Amino acid sequence: MSSMNQFDGGREEQKDLAGAGAQDAELEQALKDFRLTVHAWSEAAYNRPRRVEAGLRRRAFRTWRLAAGWALGCALVVGGVSGGVYERHHAMEVAKIRAAQEAEHQRQMAAQKAAEEEEALARVDSDVSREVPSAMEPLAQLMGDEGTR
Amino acid sequence: MATAAEESALDFAAVVKTHRPQIFRFLLASTRDPDLAETLTQDCFLKAHRNWKSFRGDSSAMTWLMRIAINLQKDHWRNRRMQFWRQTRTNAVDLDEASEWLPSGESSAETRLLAQERVGQVWKAVEGLSERQRTVFLLRFVEEMELSEIGRTTGLSEGTVKAHLSRALARVRGELGGKR
Repeated sequence: MSSMNQFDGGREEQKDLAGAGAQDAELEQALKDFRLTVHAWSEAAYNRPRRVEAGLRRRAFRTWRLAAGWALGCALVVGGVSGGVYERHHAMEVAKIRAAQEAEHQRQMAAQKAAEEEEALARVDSDVSREVPSAMEPLAQLMGDEGTR
Repeated sequence: MATAAEESALDFAAVVKTHRPQIFRFLLASTRDPDLAETLTQDCFLKAHRNWKSFRGDSSAMTWLMRIAINLQKDHWRNRRMQFWRQTRTNAVDLDEASEWLPSGESSAETRLLAQERVGQVWKAVEGLSERQRTVFLLRFVEEMELSEIGRTTGLSEGTVKAHLSRALARVRGELGGKR
């Protein structure tokens, strides 16, 4: 039985078409042509010569490409993460050094200020000791005056 | 004297020889990609071979194989959706190329062109169907399966099969009517 006869002769199929309002000859013809087309294409594709080597090579290439893709992806992720960690670590180190330098600078400034204050105090002490007479000096002068009288 | 294992292997070889073209044809019509259809056909028979011992013969070998093929096809499209970043391009041939396989017969060139155009419209309608509608449509109008057999193959009730078929036919009719 030809495929067309099978199509035309199938009662159930006729019912489907009738049930779906398909008394349409054009639809029937289109479906028949569609089936014949698929059968012809399938037969040609099924019987075509197969190149196993090419298929294997293509599969190997796909596998290689997949592996390379994963490796590249992993490298990018690892690089990104380690770069971020390094940057953070570097920034923390720089901040530490800066803080230490700032503390050293503050310490030096404080030491310098303290030295200057010490020096000023010493200078004032010496000036005052030179200008102010000793506590017994006026009395000694008075006694000197009485002796001369 | 052949052992049970050898007999089983011989049976399976006969099943492959008988049904492989039909499974390939269904997968080709579903995917419009000969390479993919070939790969899925091989996967189908590999899976069938692994489970050959568990095949109890409740349904025909064809129904069983077709069910495996439908599931493999579903899995394939699901995986593609999940792996959309890998490769969006498919090797499916375009609708015009798929329509060129109409046997010439004894018709005139004009009739043949008209027929090719109609087949192209059917392909276009099939492309727009849902996965299930397309499967039911192809099993019915390409593989010429009975409704009950389609039901057994797809795991759907006969009523559901009819409903899918009716919607699919309405779409095809609409496509053909819209081009008049």
